[in-house]
Order: sequence, then C-alpha cells, then structure tokens
Amino acid sequence: MIIRNGNVVLKNSVEKKDILLQGGKIVKIAEYIPADGSEEIDASDKHVFPGLIDMHVHLREPGFERKEDIESGAKAAVKGGFTQVCCMPNTNPVVDNKVVVTYIKVREKEVNLCKIHPVGAITKGLKGEEMAAIAGMKKAGAVAISDDGVAVKNARLMRLAMEYAKGFDIICLCHCEDKDLVDGGSVHEGLNATIAGLKGIPRAAEDIIIAREIALAEELDTPVHICHVSTYSGVRMIRDAKRAGIKVTAETCPHYYSFTDEIIKTYDTNTKVNPPIREEIDKQAILAGLKDGTLDCIVTDHAPHHADDKNVEYNQAAFGISGIETSFGFAITNLYKKGVLSLNEIADKMSGAPARILGLDGGEIKEGGVADIMIADLDEQWTIEPEKFVSKGKNNPFGGYVLDGVVKYTIVNGDVKYKA
Amino acid sequence: MLNRKDLLGLIDVSASEITEILDLAQEFKNRIKKGEKKISHLQNKTATILFYENSTRTRTSFEQAAKYLGASVINIAASTSSVAKGETLIDTGKTLDAQRNDFIIMRHYMGGAPYLLAKMVNASVLNAGDGINEHPTQALLDMLTMRETFGSLKGLKVAILGDIKHSRVAKSNLFGLKTMGAEVTMFAPHTLIPKGIEELGAKVCRSREEALDGADVVMGLRIQLERQQAGNFPSLGEYAANYGVDEKILELAKPNAIVLHPGPVNRGVELTSGVIDHERSHIEDQVLSGVAVRMAALCLLNDARKA
Repeated sequence: MIIRNGNVVLKNSVEKKDILLQGGKIVKIAEYIPADGSEEIDASDKHVFPGLIDMHVHLREPGFERKEDIESGAKAAVKGGFTQVCCMPNTNPVVDNKVVVTYIKVREKEVNLCKIHPVGAITKGLKGEEMAAIAGMKKAGAVAISDDGVAVKNARLMRLAMEYAKGFDIICLCHCEDKDLVDGGSVHEGLNATIAGLKGIPRAAEDIIIAREIALAEELDTPVHICHVSTYSGVRMIRDAKRAGIKVTAETCPHYYSFTDEIIKTYDTNTKVNPPIREEIDKQAILAGLKDGTLDCIVTDHAPHHADDKNVEYNQAAFGISGIETSFGFAITNLYKKGVLSLNEIADKMSGAPARILGLDGGEIKEGGVADIMIADLDEQWTIEPEKFVSKGKNNPFGGYVLDGVVKYTIVNGDVKYKA
Repeated sequence: MLNRKDLLGLIDVSASEITEILDLAQEFKNRIKKGEKKISHLQNKTATILFYENSTRTRTSFEQAAKYLGASVINIAASTSSVAKGETLIDTGKTLDAQRNDFIIMRHYMGGAPYLLAKMVNASVLNAGDGINEHPTQALLDMLTMRETFGSLKGLKVAILGDIKHSRVAKSNLFGLKTMGAEVTMFAPHTLIPKGIEELGAKVCRSREEALDGADVVMGLRIQLERQQAGNFPSLGEYAANYGVDEKILELAKPNAIVLHPGPVNRGVELTSGVIDHERSHIEDQVLSGVAVRMAALCLLNDARKA
C-alpha cells in the first residue's frame, strides 16, 4: 500500500511524503514512491499520524457487556484513530490472572480491529489485600498493572507490588484516590459543588496518593505512571518529581484540559467522572503541564456505561465518560488549533509516549516501524452526537460541541481497519 | 406571575417572584388566622407527597396547605413503596404522572434529584428538600416571618449559625435573602462551612459576636447528630459552648431581633431552651408561615400551568 502525498507527522517535523507499507511494516518514506500496483490512499490535504495509542480505556468485557464489549470498544477505537488500546482490569471476573488476560487476547484476535493490551490488576480482585499473579499475567500478554478505579489503600502492599513488578519490567499505572477523603463525593469540591448542593471531592484526595506513589517510586528507583491527573497541585508535584530525577510519567484526559466544573450545574450525570472535572486553575495547569512535558500522555479513560447507569440521581450515577471517539478531535481543537501543542507533540502524547512507557511496538512513523497509521483531515469540522457513537456507551456530556479534525483512515499492521 | 413549571430552588427565583409568593402567602396566613380554612383554589387538583427521607414538619405542612386549598393529597413514603423494591426515581415519577397528578412534592436525600424528576414529568414539582442542596419553601417561610415582623427584607441582617455545610435551609435562605437585598452572616465550626459560600454572598464570621452584631434575625440550624458522629467537631458540649446561642449571646443582636429555627431543635445544643422559648422566638410562628407559603407556591404554580 502507498499513502500518497500526505502531510506526514514525523518525530520532529511535518513533511509532504509518500509512505510505502509492506508486510505490516513501513518500508519506505520518500518524496515520491513509484506506483507498484498495490492499493493507494490519496492523503493530499490530509495529515498522516502514527496510529494513536490509548493506554487507558475500559472495554467492560468480560462481565459488563451491556456497557461495552471488546468488539464495540475496538470499533469505537479505530473510529477514533486508535490502533492500540490498553484495557483496564475492572471487569468481572477481574483481570487478575493469566486466564482472563488470555481470554482478552483471544477476543482481540477474533475481533481483529485494533491491538488490545490487557492491563492486569495489582491486587487480587482489586481488593487491595494481596498481590495478583503479576508474572503470569505479564507472560500471557499484560503490558502493565493497575487497580484502576481504586488506589491500593495499604502503602506497604503498594510498595511490595511495585518492587515485585520491577523484576518483570512491568509498570504500575496508579489511580490516585484516597477514599476516606472522597467520602461519597461525586463532583469537585468547590463553589460549583456548593451551588449545586452536591458533595465534593477535594483535590487532596488525589494529591495525597500521587505524593505517595512518587515517594515509593523514588524509594524503589522504579518507574511509576500516574493516571488521569486532574489537579493543578498534582501537576506541580509531578513536575517537581521529574526535576528531581524520579521516574514518574503521567497522563491526563480531554475533559480535564477542555472543561471546568461549571458543567456539573445542569446535573447532567454524564459530567460525573472520576477524578472530577475541576476548576479553571486546574485546567490551565494541565494545559501548561502538557506543554512543558510534565504530562506525558493524553488518554481517554474511555468509560462507557449503559443509560440505566446514568439515568438516576447524580450521587447514584456511575462515574465515567465515553470518550474514545472524541479524543483526537479535542486534541486538534483545543490543543493544536489553540497553539498549545504542535502536531508532533500531539502525536507523541497520543502515541509515542504511551509506546515508550509500556514498551509497545509503534508510536512513530519511521522506516522499519510497524505500519500502524492514522490519516485525518484537520480542517473538517464535526459536531459531537453521542447517540451516534459506535461505542455502546453514549455517556458523553459534550453533545453539540463542534470539533475540528476527522479521522479518515485507521490502518493496523498495514490493513485498513477503519475508513470514514 | 410565577413563570415556571416547578419550584426547585431559590437559586434562580427573582425578587418579583419571591414578593409575589410572599404577598399571597401573607394573605393566606391572615385568612387562616381568622379561622378560614377552606380556600378552594385547587379543587379537582391532586398532589402527591413523595418523601425519600423522614419528615413530620414539612410533610404535614405541605399536606395541610394542599388540603386547605381543596386539593386531594396522597402521601408516599419511599420506604413503603416500589422504591423499596428498587424502582428508579424516573420510573416512580412516570407512574405518578400517568395517574395525572398535578403536583409532586418531593423530599430526597440526594442533591439535584428534583431536577431529574422535573425534567421527566408533566406535573409541577415542588422541592421539599434535596440532600444538601435547597429547601426553597423553608426559606420562603423564614422570609415571610421576617417580612411580617420587620415590614421589609431589604437591608435586614440575618445571622445563620450551625451546620451550614449540610444545610439546604441555609443555602436557600442565602439565595433568597441576597435576592431580596438582605445581608447574611454565618458562623459555624470551619468543618461545617462549605467551600465558596462567601462567593455566593455570605459573610463568614470569626466569632458569634461578629455574626450577631447588629443582627435583626438570629437563625439557628439543627446540628445533625449523625453529622456530629462523623467527627466534624469533638462533642455536643464543645459545640454548645462555642457555637450555640444562649440568652446572653442573644443580647449581642439588636434589641428587637427575632430568633428562628427550621426545627426540630436540639435543645441546649444550637439554641438553649431559654432562647427557644424566649419572647423574641418566632419558631412557632414559622409553622403557620410554612403552611401559608406552601399554599401560595401551589396556587401560583397552578396559575402558571393554566397560563
């Protein structure tokens, strides 16, 4: 296959190039590649990105197929421009042993759309009591461990898990949340929570565990990754830790760099997400953190839910936003077009950095690299219509929001898996 | 004209709307005092009282109000209904709507629940208290008693003491009183002051002296024993000594200041018996104001439905 005449987003530049794909690899990148009779994609006026990698999604299978399954989630992923996703272990049964990891890998092959990398649990049943079978899961294909949805409450157990995981080069993805401080809260604790009469979640609930994980990473001299950073103070701690040479990486999500907790005042339960969407000061710090490299990755924390889980009282509603189909558009609209990040930086945050952190093949368009590619039109506008999502989860509060940037092709191992 | 389908909170109710409710409520209050208890504005209307939380005062007050107006009233306690079988609020609301209820008066332990219900039903929804959010008719009845006593709300200084953080009464009063041009001061342990309350117009004070200085109205709020157990302050004794109002503390307010409390009162905690039973206490008058204000709210929402 030849991708012809596209604006190719390389590591440090954007260049008009032709790209030759053969045998699942990027074979050649050149000014002009003569036709060889294989399929050609005309990418003039379009941009060619490395296939996006979302290292934080919930595919809900096994156990919660009413919300999403691996097939519907993968369809949504390739529509969103993603060639690889990492799915969190809070399924039923929990991904805490090699059997469930193997099941997901089998489903990945059956569905055959994007690459699906299971994240195994840190503790058995996500209960925070004893370590899960980390080595077995790694051998079966898990790329990281996480108790996402909860923090491991016991600091000693967390330390032991990180220390043990170090022996297998498998990184902990840390969901940072002190449940005692959350205390049943459902939105950011601040003026808007007071106005809406909803119980708040203070920044400190997140920050205290971020600080703990950084301390453990320093103590053990092992890498640690902080999930879905939402607070300005969390950004500051991660920045300071990086400056001190601690091996910490971090991610944030489109809803944290695009919105503030103003949006909760409608009581739309689709705005309920964990951690909560916070204030302007947090949003600005997250944008600054993306710009200066404190925040390495953009993930979606794609958290699809059934309407029944959301059509209830705000306190009662499930946490989470279905966001994998809108992430690229938000990045182009709110980061690239507003001058926060270059296209190269966006490609790195949404592909390169996740690949480096997890040791995945991909993340960059280069000769000899895997033929995972996404082609997009950056000037085409579209309006978010959650009811039309491919994902089973229609729980996205940004319906009506106009985005720039439409994914046109998603190519996995050289095969077109999505075409607009 | 009260131009709305529902009365969910005072956050967005204008001064003219509040005045209209209070004017009509005052008329009803005067008529009831004269012994007139059949005011048949709402004959052929039905009201369902749907309470997800225990209440005697507010529930009976709404029931009395609807009955004085000639409406038929059904009481549903969530603990004895399909809710206990796991029915969702939306489904319960749709059932009540299908029965052609004109009004649903709801108390719920979760903030925002009446907004969810109101969106889903044709009936007019009256919020009888939702979690830590609002309790609009309580604030209206407080304002009726204040206005009746002082003639106007404009420029009044209202001191609110107690568990502000978990009080829907404090919040509705703050919204309503600020809209009407009154001043609101607050005093409570720091653990019971919600974030951002000053941005909403309250003055948070450092002492009882500061809060009560020049106050026309002293409002005590119920200290909820279950909250106290959550460790917001060390003991009821320490609370009473530092945050409670006794007759001596009451002297800090204006000589003609009145005492209000939404009830039920913990005697000797937020207010001493000497204050509760003081000649300046209007706590009993608040009860009749409550019936009158709820009658006015029902009538005006009914007019809005007709329009």
